[in-house]
Parts: sequence; structure tokens; C-alpha cells
Amino acid sequence: MGNVIGIGAAPKRKEDQRFLTGRGNYVSDIKRPGMAAGVFVRSPHGHAILRGIDKSAALAASGVVAVLTGDDVAADGLGSLPCGWGITDAKGVPMKEPPFPMLAQGKVRFVGDMVAFVVAETVEQANSAAELLKIDYEVLPSVVGVLDAVHPGAPQLFDDVPNNICCDWELGDKSAVETAFRKAAHVAKLSLVNNRLIGNPMEPRAAIAEYEPGTDRYTLWSTSQFPHVVRFLMGALVLKIPQHKLRVVAPDVGGGFGVKQFHYGEEAVITWAARRVMRPIKWVASRSEGYVSDRHGRDHVTEAELALDETGKFLAFRVKTLANMGGYLSTFGPNIPTNLYGPLLSGVYTMPAIYCNVKVVFTNTVPVDAYRGAGRPEATFVLERIVDVAAAEMGIDRVEIRRRNMIPKEAYPYQTPVLVQYDSGDPMGCLDGALAAADVKNFGARKAASQRKGKFRGLGYSTYVEACGLAPSRFAGRLGARGGLYESATVRVHPTGQVTVMIGTHNHGQGHETTFAQIVSDKLGVAFENVDIVFGDTDRVQFGMGTYGSRSLVVGGAALSKAADKVIVKGKKIAAHLLEAAEVDIQFEAGKFSVAGTDRTKTFEEIAGAAYVPHDYPLEVLEPGLEEQAYYDPVNFTYPGGCHIAEVEVDPETGTVTLVNYTAVDDVGTVINPMIVEGQLHGGIVQGVGQALYENAVYDDGSGQLLSGSLMDYCMPRADHLPMMKVATHSTLCTHTPMGVKGCGEVGTIGSPAAVINAVVDALSHLGVTHVDMPATPNRIWRLLQNASLPVAAE
Amino acid sequence: MKPFAYHQPDQIPDAAKLLTSIEDSKLVAGGMTLIPTLKQRLASPAALIDLSKLAGLKGISDGGTTITIGAMTPHAEVAASKLVQAKIPALAALASMIGDPAVRSRGTIGGSVANNDPAADYPAGVLGLGATIVTSTREVAADKFFLGLFETALQPGEIITAIRFPLPLKAGYAKFKAPASRYALVGVLVAKFADGVRVAVTGAGPGVFRVPPMEQALSQNFDPSAIAAIKIDTDGLTSDIHAEADYRAHLVTVMAKRAVDAALG
Repeated sequence: MGNVIGIGAAPKRKEDQRFLTGRGNYVSDIKRPGMAAGVFVRSPHGHAILRGIDKSAALAASGVVAVLTGDDVAADGLGSLPCGWGITDAKGVPMKEPPFPMLAQGKVRFVGDMVAFVVAETVEQANSAAELLKIDYEVLPSVVGVLDAVHPGAPQLFDDVPNNICCDWELGDKSAVETAFRKAAHVAKLSLVNNRLIGNPMEPRAAIAEYEPGTDRYTLWSTSQFPHVVRFLMGALVLKIPQHKLRVVAPDVGGGFGVKQFHYGEEAVITWAARRVMRPIKWVASRSEGYVSDRHGRDHVTEAELALDETGKFLAFRVKTLANMGGYLSTFGPNIPTNLYGPLLSGVYTMPAIYCNVKVVFTNTVPVDAYRGAGRPEATFVLERIVDVAAAEMGIDRVEIRRRNMIPKEAYPYQTPVLVQYDSGDPMGCLDGALAAADVKNFGARKAASQRKGKFRGLGYSTYVEACGLAPSRFAGRLGARGGLYESATVRVHPTGQVTVMIGTHNHGQGHETTFAQIVSDKLGVAFENVDIVFGDTDRVQFGMGTYGSRSLVVGGAALSKAADKVIVKGKKIAAHLLEAAEVDIQFEAGKFSVAGTDRTKTFEEIAGAAYVPHDYPLEVLEPGLEEQAYYDPVNFTYPGGCHIAEVEVDPETGTVTLVNYTAVDDVGTVINPMIVEGQLHGGIVQGVGQALYENAVYDDGSGQLLSGSLMDYCMPRADHLPMMKVATHSTLCTHTPMGVKGCGEVGTIGSPAAVINAVVDALSHLGVTHVDMPATPNRIWRLLQNASLPVAAE
Repeated sequence: MKPFAYHQPDQIPDAAKLLTSIEDSKLVAGGMTLIPTLKQRLASPAALIDLSKLAGLKGISDGGTTITIGAMTPHAEVAASKLVQAKIPALAALASMIGDPAVRSRGTIGGSVANNDPAADYPAGVLGLGATIVTSTREVAADKFFLGLFETALQPGEIITAIRFPLPLKAGYAKFKAPASRYALVGVLVAKFADGVRVAVTGAGPGVFRVPPMEQALSQNFDPSAIAAIKIDTDGLTSDIHAEADYRAHLVTVMAKRAVDAALG
């Protein structure tokens, strides 16, 4: 008998036993009998007319099983890759939604766009045959940046999408904002770029597909964060496979960060091809292939204006953004820079009026979609940056201006002017906690010490709130979601009292197998080791929307909690019968059912046994068995928030920025496992620091080539880029989730870019620097210092 | 990776003979550049001639007034060598900054010098220290060896067997690492000999080069201040997404000063 390990404890992660001993089971570990190898042939051009593909030499090559192209897709009448969100402009006109064929038809629109799928006995044979395809491209000029793409005369990706604008979206009260600006004592303005990012999960994407003619069933193993959604999108909309004939398995997955939460064309092509060739087929992306096909993130160009009164109180906020969608609409694409961006622009502040306009723009680049934080880091960055700009211009201390505008703890629930209502929070508490933990009062001494070494030291603040736990289905539906966003869990109690949980979220590094087991252990009094969590298989798990948007604990955990409650309810009925008491008199505590006020008890195991061996059982009124299922659809988003403080040192000789201290105090609601939360915060912060200082996806205009297409050129943050971080929680409880949880997966990524850049600007402010675009590379900082005509070199 | 023939000769003449007799054959030393290139199908030689079993190509020997490093000696061995650390600490330091531990364990000095990557560290060390490249057929001075982007004076069939370094009075290496690749965005080796100072720069241009104005200034006064005002012409320097040419030019001066600082201990 093991122990109950409940909510708030920090056991080591169950899943690490297999991960750390090399016994994980990833897609590329799976081998099926008679399995062939597939490779995708991708466009080397950013924009070209696809005149034709001559397959003959490739088909004749050694070991080749099949060569499939867009013409074959069209001949089979297969559907376009669907977009899960349909947004509308201010007049209610739907977004432009051009088809996204799973293999290009007629035109290619980004480097990496798939034009053919080659199946052979081995990967080497498939690669060799791929080189023999004669593909006739008529190369067109590419446009890669949003500012260029909306210019009249720019290359047009789609004939029926003028100026490449997919949707001209807006949110907020434009006239109220204009009125406020007219009355403002001060208006701060800021133009900025939110740099394009590439997720780079450690495991590249991969898929295996198999068709069993005996049962007419398909199985797709895929590196997916949401196998049930892939089954629906691919089966119902693309390949027209009935849901009961399609199984999607997402086994161990090595990191996602959003990159794996979309339905990709590769999944549909390989599943379709497996039936055509009547053999299982495996495809594993190379790292280089991932760079030009994994959906990218961010990529905004923004003009923002903040109106303030003479005391520094915010009056109104106006934000105009051009958001890059890439060459096609990906699964969540248009939702990210609109619904997950505009509604967050109030931040943790009382902001009487907000107007946000986002032009969603097609370019000849990889489709852009959700990447950890997804819209909310962009909102936080523009708001927290302009608050610093306003403070500097008005001569108000940066902490003080934030205090003057923060929503007081007692004002929650707080309705913002941009749809969302925050249920709970304590931004001031987070700020005070962070100020103390970051030892801000001694910053002056540290700055002086840096100065003596010829270095400039700066401190940067960022407060933030995010909307996560995606999402209330009804609310999302009004915003354009084409699916529901609930979650489901089944708690299966075995006759001996052990528990298997089937849950619709997907664990790809977050520690769900541990966190969810703690919830069950806590609620049912079952030993932690006696709980297993099953996920990632549409044949084993009833349904699920998957893992993204910090939703697993908030929505999935809530479903699990509800299902466990149902188990207790049924257990009480069984106990009442066995103990010959009224059901209302049965109490359940610490794994025991007892009659109130007596010493008569039955253990959880005894009740489970009775449920499956119902000799003495109320069969007239109660079914045997002890297994309960619950679906949970949240009533609101959850709103984690916090305060991050970054401290940097700049070497003016080389322009190098070194992050020397980092402090985060976050309100994530109830913490189930503090070790896992700390890990999530560390990882999230590192990804935000990566965006601020290192990561940048760079395209060559005209040719549309990705110039940062490898780990040699795209700088991921490394251990030696980072200081030891101080991470703490200052939690208020969510008022509407069953356990008071808010989610923690994205908070680090949301709070950190603004904190780091604000610190860099602070370090250079004495030189007149007011803004630094991300990433703050040595070259960029050096250039700024040159332009600021740095009076003296460090020596 | 495409199929290729594989040879593992144990004598240098055999290797040289294979290299000349098999069209489109390539030598593989540590393979730290070649193997990834093969895996990406960017190169598809007909044959690989593996140098790892050749007799006498590994190890570091003390020649009194010189140190000779066998071509197949991995970077980690140079970095950890007590002899190199004592006699040319700048060279040991340079070796310790190459790539990552895995690369340093596999990659070799001969492979690096023969490849002459414009951002590799060893070319700066070899040129800056005025080393001699010993090959299967002759000896070539560093000044005559590096001919620009991936080009060297090696003739068909010629194999580097060792690099012989003279001992400087003082030397230092300063490297500004490209944040992603950890190659030298700019690396500068400064070495002081009885007859003058040599300054060699890697990473900044299409190939390693010397900086005569800095050499003259440092020969007069071996101090960072002597070169602080010397600016490098941006003509011919590399400009890419990581660093523009004028920034690289600026870094050459900064790194040269830091290399002198390192040399002065």
C-alpha cells in the first residue's frame, strides 16, 4: 500500500521513470509490420505557379511504392485543411478563407509548402526518388512582411484576397477611445515589432498511418497535442472517414508549445496514402523540415497609443496591429492575433476605453498559429512597453504608474471594456512580492557596481494577466470558434480499488500523469501509485479537446474532479446499502465511507469490490461497476497574472545583453504540485527570454527563403544564457473552477518578454534609448548605441 | 545520406593513393562538418577515406622550441594538454572554445584546418601563431595555406599530417561567439614573438586574415590601448542575419584588445 499524495504535495513525476530510462514510446519508436517510409517534397520557392510534376523518373526509381501529388488529392475529391475559427470584420463580413490543400494545387505559397509525397521501402530510397521529380515552377515574387504585403501592388497570394488582407478585425469602442484621447493630458506612442518565432519542440513532428482492410479501420499515430480533434478535423472534414473507423493515437510526445496542436496536411496525406498503398507508412520530419513546416508564432507590427490624464491615470488605449498569417490559415490561425490578443489589452489595469484593430494578413511564409502564450504575450508586450514609455515621458516612476492604475484586489470580479471579466486577482500583491524578492531597493548599488566595470545595468517590470483555460464553449462560439472547448474525464475504479483515468488532454512534458494522479489520490484517498492516467488515444479515451492554452488542469482537471465526485456519490450509495444506513448519513473522508456519528466504515477498496462482485448490492436501484465520466465546460476563462522583474547588464563595447537576475511572482490559483508549477514557470520564462534576446525567424524578401532555418542560425536560449531564477506564487483562487486552479503553462512566456526589454531600455535610457525591438541582439544594441552616439566607449 | 564506399587505410601513402585514384572521394577526419553535410544530402561523395586508423597522426609532441600536434588530435585533447597549456595557453584556450563537448571530442585540428571554415577557430590559431602545416608531401607556412572561403593550398591527394607551432612569448585568443552556432562571429588571436606581433582574425570575413596595422602597433607597444583606435575596413567583411559588416569590423578591434588583455594575463 502506497500513500495518498494529494493536492499541494510535490512528488517526483511518475512519467519520468520511463523518460529518464529511455523507455518512452514516441511515434518514431513505433514499427508496424510491412511499414514503408514516406517523405514530403516541399516547395523551394516562396511563391510560384505549379505548372506540373513529372513523376515518371521518381516512380521508376529503386524501392518506390507511390508518388502522390495535389492532382491525386483533387482526383480523390478530398477536402481542404480546415480552419477552426471563423472571424468577422467590423461589419460582420466573414474572413477570407481560401482553400488550404493538403498537397499544393496550382500554386505554392511558402518555402516548405508540400507538393508531393513519395513512399518507398526506405527513407533513403524515398529521398533519392524525391530528387528525381521534375517539378515545373514558374517563380513569382514573394512577399514576407506584413507592411509590404498590404501595399497595393504587392504580390498577391490569392486572386480573391485583395491586398492579402484576410480580415480587418476590430474590438472595442472606437468613439469612446477617440473622445478620451481628445481629453488626454498626455499621449504616449509606440511602434513595435513582435518578432516571428519557431517553436522547436525537442521531438520533431512525425506520423505513422495504417489501414486495416479487414475492419475498414484507419489508425494514425501522430505527434499531436489533440488526437480527438485531429480525428474530427481530418476524418470528418478532409478525408471523409467516419469517426468510428478512424483511430488517432498521440503516444509520448516530446514537447509541443503549440506547434503540435494543429491538424497538419502531413497527417491527412499519410493516412490517405496508407490506404492507397495498403501498407503502413512512417514519416519523421528532420529538424530542417520542421523549420519550414511547423507553424510559426507571433509576427506582429503594431502602432499603439496610450492616453493618460495629468496624474498618469490611463484613459484609453488604441492599438493597431498587422498580424502575419503566413501562406494559409492554420487550425487556430486567425483566432490568435484577434480573440486572444485584443481582449487582453486591459492588462491588470483599469482602462476605461480600448480600441483594437487587427489586420490579419497573408504572406509567403509558413502559416502562423498559436505558440506558447499565443496572442497574450503580444498583448502584454505592447501594453507593458507603452506603460514604460508613458512613465518616462511623464516623469513618473515605473512602479508608481503601475500602482496608480492597477485593479485593486477588492474590485474583482472586474469587467474590462474588451469582453472579458476577470474573476479574481491581486496584481498589487504580486507586484509587492516581486519587488521584495528582486531586492529592488538595492538595485542602485548593483547598477553602480556594473558602471565601475563599464557595463550598463537595467531593471524591467512587467505585470500581466492572461485568459486561459480555453475555453467557455458558448463564449468561444460567439467569437467564431467552430468547435466546443470543454474537456472530459473518465474515472475507472477497478475491483481492487486501483484507478485508471481516461482524460482528453494530452501530456507532452507538463507532468499530467503526476498532477492528475494527485487530484485522484486527494479526492478518493487512493494511493498515488495506484492511479494511472491514460490519454492520447481516441480508442481508449472517450473524447477530448487536447492540451493547449493552459487548459489541461483548468478544464481537464475540472472534468476529472467532477468524475471523481460522481464516483464518491455512487460509492456512498453502495456504502449506505452495505452499512444499512441512509445515504445522507454516509460520509466520505480519507478513503473511507462511514456512517456519521458511528465507527461503522467501509474502505474505498471494499466499496469497489462490492461494485464488481454485487452479491450484497442494491441491484434494484443501482448498476454494478464503479466508473464515472464527466464533461466540463467552463463558465469563464481563468485569469492567471503576476509580476515579473528582469535585471540585465549591457556590455556597451559589444552590445551583448546578459540577463543577470530574474524574479517572477505569479498568481496561478491553487497549486497542485509546486515542483511542476515551478518547472512550467522556468520553461515559460526561458521561452519568453528567448524571444526577447535570441530567437528570430528571418525571411528573405523577394525570394521568400527562410534565412534562420536551422539551429545554427535560429538561436534557442541555452542554459548558459540564463541566471538562476526566483520564482514564487502569490495565488488568489479562481472563483469558478472546481479546485480554484487557474493554469500555469503559459504565464512565464507571457510575462517575460516585456520584463526583459523594459530592463534593456532602462539600462540604455541615459543615452536617450526609448525602445528596443526584439530580439535585443548584440548587433541591434550596438547599432542603437552608435545611433545614440555613445559618448565614451567602456574603456 | 546517399550510399558511398568506405575505406579505412592504415598507412598515409595508401590513403593518398585512394584519394587520387577514386574520383569524387573525400577524407573524413572527425567528420564534424562532413557528416552533417552528407546527412543533409548536400554532398554525396563516391567514397569516404577514413583517417582514423592512420599511424602517427594523433598526439602532441614537444619539440623544444615548437609543439607539434598530429592532424587527428581532437580539440579536447589539445584543450586538456598540460604541454599546450604550459607553452601556448592561448591555443589550449582556443581549443576549449570550439563547438560543444561532443564536437571537441570528435573534431580534429587537421580536419578543421583542411576545411578552413571562415568562422572556425583553428585557422586563427594557426595563422596567428605562424604555424607550419605538415602534409603527406611537404610543409606549408600558414601564411601560404589559407586561401579564402573553404579554400586551402592543399593539392589533390595531399593529406595534412600535423601542425607545428612555434612558441610565442605571449599569446591570447578572444572570441565573440555567434549566439546560435557558437562559431566565431569574430575571433582574434594575437601572438607576440621576438621578431614582432601577429594578429589573425576569423569569422569576420570569407577567410582568416591578418591585420598589419594592429601588428605594427602592438609590436611597438603590446597593450590594448595601442590598437583601440585602429578601425578595420568593412570592405569584404561578412554581413548576414547575425551581424552586419560594420559591426563585425567593430568587433575585430574589441576582440583584438581582449586578446591582448588575455595574452598579458
